[in-house]
Amino acid sequence: MAEVTLRKLVKHYDATPAVRGIDLNISDKEFVVLVGPSGCGKSTTLRMIAGLEDITGGDVLIGGEVVNDVPPKDRDIAMVFQNYALYPHMSVYENMSFGLRLKKTPKDEIARRVSNAAQILDISELLDRKPKQLSGGQRQRVAMGRAIVRDPKVFLFDEPLSNLDAKLRVQMRTEIKKVHQKVRTTTVYVTHDQVEAMTLADRVVVMNGGNIEQVGTPNDLYHSPKTKFVAGFIGSPAMNFVPCALEEAAGALRVRLSDELAFPVPQNRTSRYRPYVGRGKLVFGLRPEHIMEQRPHLEANQTPFEVELDVTEPMGMETLVYFLVRGTEICGRVNPNAGARDGSRMKLVADLNNIHLIDDESGKVL
Amino acid sequence: MSASAQAIGPRAAAKPSSLKRSRRWALWWSYVFLVLFAIFFLMPPVYMLIMGLKTSSEIAAMTNPWWVFHPTLENFKALLSSTQYLTFFRNSAVIAVAVVAITMLIAVPAAFSLGRMKFWGSTTLATGVFLTYLIPDSLLFIPLFKIMAWVHETTGIALLNHWWALIIIYPTLTVPFCTWIMIGYFQSIPRELDEAALIDGAGYIQMLTKIFLPVALPGIIAATIFAFTVSWSEFLYPMAFTVSTDQLVLPVGIVTTLIKGDVYNWGQIMGACLLGAAPPLIIYAFLMDYYIAGLTAGATKG
Repeated sequence: MAEVTLRKLVKHYDATPAVRGIDLNISDKEFVVLVGPSGCGKSTTLRMIAGLEDITGGDVLIGGEVVNDVPPKDRDIAMVFQNYALYPHMSVYENMSFGLRLKKTPKDEIARRVSNAAQILDISELLDRKPKQLSGGQRQRVAMGRAIVRDPKVFLFDEPLSNLDAKLRVQMRTEIKKVHQKVRTTTVYVTHDQVEAMTLADRVVVMNGGNIEQVGTPNDLYHSPKTKFVAGFIGSPAMNFVPCALEEAAGALRVRLSDELAFPVPQNRTSRYRPYVGRGKLVFGLRPEHIMEQRPHLEANQTPFEVELDVTEPMGMETLVYFLVRGTEICGRVNPNAGARDGSRMKLVADLNNIHLIDDESGKVL
Repeated sequence: MSASAQAIGPRAAAKPSSLKRSRRWALWWSYVFLVLFAIFFLMPPVYMLIMGLKTSSEIAAMTNPWWVFHPTLENFKALLSSTQYLTFFRNSAVIAVAVVAITMLIAVPAAFSLGRMKFWGSTTLATGVFLTYLIPDSLLFIPLFKIMAWVHETTGIALLNHWWALIIIYPTLTVPFCTWIMIGYFQSIPRELDEAALIDGAGYIQMLTKIFLPVALPGIIAATIFAFTVSWSEFLYPMAFTVSTDQLVLPVGIVTTLIKGDVYNWGQIMGACLLGAAPPLIIYAFLMDYYIAGLTAGATKG
């Protein structure tokens, strides 16, 4: 039993609010990722769970108990830091066993736990080395090992992969997922990288400006973002946003992006969107993967249109095409063999089953 | 095509790149200045050695000052057989060791709390510690003298004219500076290290002894060297606070006992200075390796 609960959690640095009253339930064994741009309050939230940061208001509960005034060492948590924070004068073994030795754990118990953790992380042959003799990835493993041997109620990760190069980051990401599958400890993981968040999390918490924008499974966030921020933050390349107007003609709705370009709204959305007909400040959102090359057979709600391409970016498995609609750049993903070239005209298809209509004033997805 | 490529190859190799040349120039000049500095700073000890090996008559004859014609160990023998010189040496040694110990016992915990445990007024206090160091000791010895006299009057403990009283006085010189060095060192240790220790279950004392002391060893050694040097070579305070011959320390003892009236016993003075300079030299040589070894490497990325 080690769920983590945040109740109206607030943090102010002097007068500056960093976290503005967030509520969150993290269930036992769950892997939750806090993600958001820098300064969104995600690290502060994690540090409040760890007890490294005083709480201005609200409660942190670990395993059902309020731990606001419990010092970090008595919260039964383990933390992995971005810069590893290994003790430089201790060997890997000593680093991993430091917490247990402070707790006066019997020697053979320590040896058993360390060798067990070393096996999980594949660092058994590094136990006698000093941190400076290790590569970045190995140091990161040791830092995780130090967390695992303690067998804590909760793992806290503070951007653990940000210091690694791109290739190692992907490798360690898989590693972290595997470790979680083996040890099944409740995990709170902070990152600014939405790909990390999507790949690792059972549930993702998107934060912005000290508030939680949305909590959901990776698929929830991707397919049904609740706000413009989440829609734009999750997914790469980011969702296209174009100012638009909603028109009604003969009972059918149309989203007008420019004088030439307008898309019909799918039948199943008309009732939802109708109240917004004629209202100003609407934004049309569609992901690049839902703008494709022309195909012989169009499915329901796929609408063809023709544009003049601005720039094309061949990625190998696909080609990103960029074109302008009333000055706004729009990105689409087409088959590399579809013949997209810089400056050429091309027939594209928009999959309108996946459109989002956003009220630009409130930032809410309608 | 291939012939011209071959022709370019050896020529390019023969001509060193401009980077290589400028590096060589930089090295050359560094050596020139290093040698100049070495000569400049080694001249006094060499001169002391040469003079220490001469008899008084040879010194008085003003022969070539850089050569010994009749080397003798008489000066050193006389020094080491006189109880006075050995007393000065012992006084200085006991004081230096005690002062280093007291200084580190105060400075390390002070620096740890000022540099790491953020509390109300810690920054102001840290600056205050440094400002104390800026007051020259020549301004302080008169008030200190007054205080010692007052302590004698009120408690009956005689501090003046007792060499051990200097053990209490010197830390006023060493503690502020050592605290300042250690604050800097402790602050250079990444914050995540104490947070990791905190989460691992360490208290502040354990954090200091198990993490900070080993990691900040170079800084501690720098502070130790400073404290030792200050207490070994301090002249003004012992000059002011001690009078009797058996209460003197080396720097004061040498000039007050080896200069009799207007008779300068140069051979013995030089020998005494040379022997007196030996302990700091030995300590420097012994601790330098530790001092240079950067122990923080590998703590975090990089």
